[in-house]
Amino acid sequence: MLSQFLQFMFSGVTIGATYALAALGFTLIYNASNVINFAQGEFIMLGGMLTVFFLKSGLPMPAAIVLAIAVPAVVGILLEKLAIEPAKGADTVSLIIITIGASLVLRGIVQIWRGKGPAVFPAFSGNEPIIIGGAALAPQSLWVIGTSGVIVLALWLFFNRTVAGKAILATSVDPLAAQLAGINTQWVLLVSFALSAAVGAIGGILLTPITMTSYDVGIMLGLKGFVAAVVGGLGAGHGAVAGGLLVGIIEALTAGYISSAYKDAAPFLLIFVVLFFMPRGMFGAKKTERV
Amino acid sequence: MANARETVQPTHAPEPASAAPLLSIRGLGSHYGPIAALRDVSLSVGRQQLIALVGANGAGKTTLLRTISGVQKATSGRIEFDGEDITALRADKRVRLGICQVPEGRRVFGPLSVEDNLRLGAYCRTDKHAIAEDLGRMYAMFPILKEKAKSPAGTLSGGQQQMLAIARALMGSPRLLLLDEPSMGLAPLLVEEIFNAITELRKQAMTILLVEQNAHAALAIADQAYVIESGEVVLSGSGKELLENERVREAYLGI
Repeated sequence: MLSQFLQFMFSGVTIGATYALAALGFTLIYNASNVINFAQGEFIMLGGMLTVFFLKSGLPMPAAIVLAIAVPAVVGILLEKLAIEPAKGADTVSLIIITIGASLVLRGIVQIWRGKGPAVFPAFSGNEPIIIGGAALAPQSLWVIGTSGVIVLALWLFFNRTVAGKAILATSVDPLAAQLAGINTQWVLLVSFALSAAVGAIGGILLTPITMTSYDVGIMLGLKGFVAAVVGGLGAGHGAVAGGLLVGIIEALTAGYISSAYKDAAPFLLIFVVLFFMPRGMFGAKKTERV
Repeated sequence: MANARETVQPTHAPEPASAAPLLSIRGLGSHYGPIAALRDVSLSVGRQQLIALVGANGAGKTTLLRTISGVQKATSGRIEFDGEDITALRADKRVRLGICQVPEGRRVFGPLSVEDNLRLGAYCRTDKHAIAEDLGRMYAMFPILKEKAKSPAGTLSGGQQQMLAIARALMGSPRLLLLDEPSMGLAPLLVEEIFNAITELRKQAMTILLVEQNAHAALAIADQAYVIESGEVVLSGSGKELLENERVREAYLGI
């Protein structure tokens, strides 16, 4: 009984860590530009698909991974430069629609280039599970959870301990005042898109040995990352992490105890329940301003 | 540094005295969509001078400062800073040149701490030692900011936020300080404190362009002043001259 529960929790935390990375991706771009980037899921897809491609081209794993993070980061920059920036001044809804268009384009390109079939590569440290309390934990799950933890910590340090990170925060609070302080807000946007894409791609790479990837995995992963970001409180970094884990765990428990047919519905039910009682999400920004 | 309440040290090296103005604007125009906010504005700001800009709400004062800072586009004319044409220069590069603005409505970074706000004011600078020194000077100039260094800027009172906004701009080590309505919405006692700070900066030979609705206070401390109406400069003269000018007294001083 307990071992079964543990088993569900393991898979929930593993997938939840990926949702947390996706949610952080949403948060990064939302904070910098107020845009919900619905192409976020495609960065996750690109991470996995590109790793498979680079491995097949004969590159060693580390090089393939570095490239599969770098290329989406460049795609993120191009997305900002070619799609978001020319529409500067358009209202947020238009910008969001542009990101949906961008995601269709990315998905289409990968579908034509790599085909519709699933793709996978072997786990980083084999498949010999670790047995804890009667439940099996795959080594790849440890990779997912550990790497996500490191990324969350790194992002936290970046935003709380470096001037560059604080410049990005300042830009999200008040772009005009940030410009007047000498911050190049254009640069901030580019960095945010690149960071967001890289974080998403890392999630996609880590998850691929467990769930496999294909040209269209970005839709669901992206939407669930969005749910995680909203449930956690849009714009809050720690909320994104908590939201991601919560969505992952609820999904795994639904699949385990109810039916895996309903597992994809669970996160979307969750968003209703959470927003009904906490309209700003779990960690939504409380206003502390005095005028 | 903690016991410093002796005369506050200069926050900057004074501009070398020179006949050439530090900022010179010729025929400047700016538009919001089809609407002209500035029309053929010409003015100059001499080194070590305090220049006041007075005018009614919507006359274009804020637009002028924004155009000088580069966050509002000039549609005609030319802005020269220290002899260099900066009309098309990006805003952050102008800050690097030493044009620092205290924006209207203070616009501090609310969720960030007071100290982070100040450090972001020095974002363009790399001289760590001098930045730390300037931070100490700001705390000496506005002791309340030191007390609240770790508090989110959004929790400060209006007057404290204004001090923070001024200190943040000073952290950029300005050669030209642009002040947009620093007394707006403040209680009389705080207005006095803010004007004391401006007078102090002026004594230290800081070059200042001051926009104020409080025309009397601004003209009283200004070397030169310009009156702006509907986006155009309609009058200029020394602060004293304008204080005595019939039209200014009627329109802006309520006398």
